[in-house]
Amino acid sequence: MIRVHNIVVSFNLGGGQEHMVLKDLSLEVERGQTVSIIGSNGAGKSTLLNAIAGTVPLRAGKIFLDGSDVTSLPEWERAMYVGRVRQDPLAGTAGDMTVLDNLALASRKGPRRFRIATPPKFAREMADRVAELGMGLEDRLHENVSRLSGGQRQALTLLMAVLSRPSVLLLDEHTAALDPANAEIVGELTSRFIAAEGLTALIVTHDMKRALEQADRVVMMHEGEIIADLSGAEKEKMDVAGLVKLFKKARGAEYAEDRDLLQ
Amino acid sequence: MVEGILVEGLIYSILALGVFVSFRVLDFPDLTVEGSFPAGAAAGAVVAQAASLSPNAFIKALAVPAGMLAGFLAGGAAGFVTALVHHRLRVPPLLAGIVTMTGFYSINLRILGGKPNLPLITNNPMLRLARSFMGGVLPPECSLLASCMLVCLVLFGLLDLFFHTEIGIAMGALGDNENAVIQAGIQPNRLRTWGIMLANALPGLSGAMAAAYQGFADVNLGQGVVAAGLATVMLGELIVHSQFIGVQLARVFLGSIIFRALMYAARSWGYVAGITPNDLRLLTALLIIASVAISRYGRKQR
Repeated sequence: MIRVHNIVVSFNLGGGQEHMVLKDLSLEVERGQTVSIIGSNGAGKSTLLNAIAGTVPLRAGKIFLDGSDVTSLPEWERAMYVGRVRQDPLAGTAGDMTVLDNLALASRKGPRRFRIATPPKFAREMADRVAELGMGLEDRLHENVSRLSGGQRQALTLLMAVLSRPSVLLLDEHTAALDPANAEIVGELTSRFIAAEGLTALIVTHDMKRALEQADRVVMMHEGEIIADLSGAEKEKMDVAGLVKLFKKARGAEYAEDRDLLQ
Repeated sequence: MVEGILVEGLIYSILALGVFVSFRVLDFPDLTVEGSFPAGAAAGAVVAQAASLSPNAFIKALAVPAGMLAGFLAGGAAGFVTALVHHRLRVPPLLAGIVTMTGFYSINLRILGGKPNLPLITNNPMLRLARSFMGGVLPPECSLLASCMLVCLVLFGLLDLFFHTEIGIAMGALGDNENAVIQAGIQPNRLRTWGIMLANALPGLSGAMAAAYQGFADVNLGQGVVAAGLATVMLGELIVHSQFIGVQLARVFLGSIIFRALMYAARSWGYVAGITPNDLRLLTALLIIASVAISRYGRKQR
């Protein structure tokens, strides 16, 4: 469960000027809900995810995860609640370590112990989990992650993010850097993992079609604000053309360009 | 001669293991070693000296091991200071190491009782210990070598085991991608502090052994040890390619013995090519440059 309460994020431009990236934004996501976040570039989608994960400081507001106030917690402590996948396939894994070692790192949140990290039983379990990715990685558990392709690496990062069953899954355009075929595969895996683990997820995407298909709810952002929030029957009725129309209406006619939203 | 090279190679390989942990595992270019190695030598010598003067025969017998423990702890303390300066004041690794190393020069002088040099009463107490330990079975020089091998074997086993534990894996990941460690809910600075302490405790232990082997501790023992350690690590990497931590650790020992052999050769027969002992540092520097050049060139070829 996520509660974002009137948060303000701004960057200092120098000379007393400030750029407001998130303007008094509030959002509540129920347990087990999947929310797609769409909007043009610079709308503040990634900043919202970063604010929840704890990588950008808030000027005002509060953030609750699983009912606890995490506003003052550093990123590593919030990671106890959060699983995260970013756009860059290199961001979430240690490339010079084996697939199995990476999985061992991600299998549990919190301080480590003096205990063998990858006993045979764990390796067998992980072979089964990695097989779910359908990429043949179960035979490459002892290979370094840097030898995997971008799609394989991002699929592994996704598995690592859900492995510890976090309260909140944050996906920030996690298929955008992949080729269409791999983006499709990782997108499918995402939906499957979220359903299987009953995860609460926020997914930033530019893919309108997938945004509608994968989520229970679609949130549209523009210039640091939520300008539309569709769920239930409203969301079921919506299609890509409808979203674009909604976006144009909310944004005003003067810069209405489909491309802004869709790219 | 061969025993000498091997013994020196093994003693200084422990120093290189520390350099391996900081430069390779943690990706933390740590110069503290120039302070932690002589700190280990000084603390080791002082403790070994005090213990060997004890009337208690048991304490007396444990003089060298006690000194080794003291050296290990003194090195770890130096590493802790560097980690603290780096994390709390956000001083970059190189500068944090230089600060600690500079400060420890004075601290090491104090440990040595205000003198730059502390000769041990029994010349080469290490040999004496080794002799009493294994002398019954082996000739004296071999028993010294056997003792060093035993210490290195135990260290190798412990470190290999350590880097297969959850903490060890996390430490390896920290030097590779800090973000992956943060995502696992681990406080990265605390983990790095333990790593830097280990990376200096090992040189501290090495310093204590070097002092016991040479029969004295000197405040200037640390000069150039980072470069020597790096050359050792790189030589090992040049000879054996591997992604397995056990092999990566083992090749440090191999690199160290080769490095000492090269230095010995330069000292003994270098005059043929006009090389004097004054040129050994230059040789070390060239060795590092050559290792980097060869590995770069080799990578392009692949």
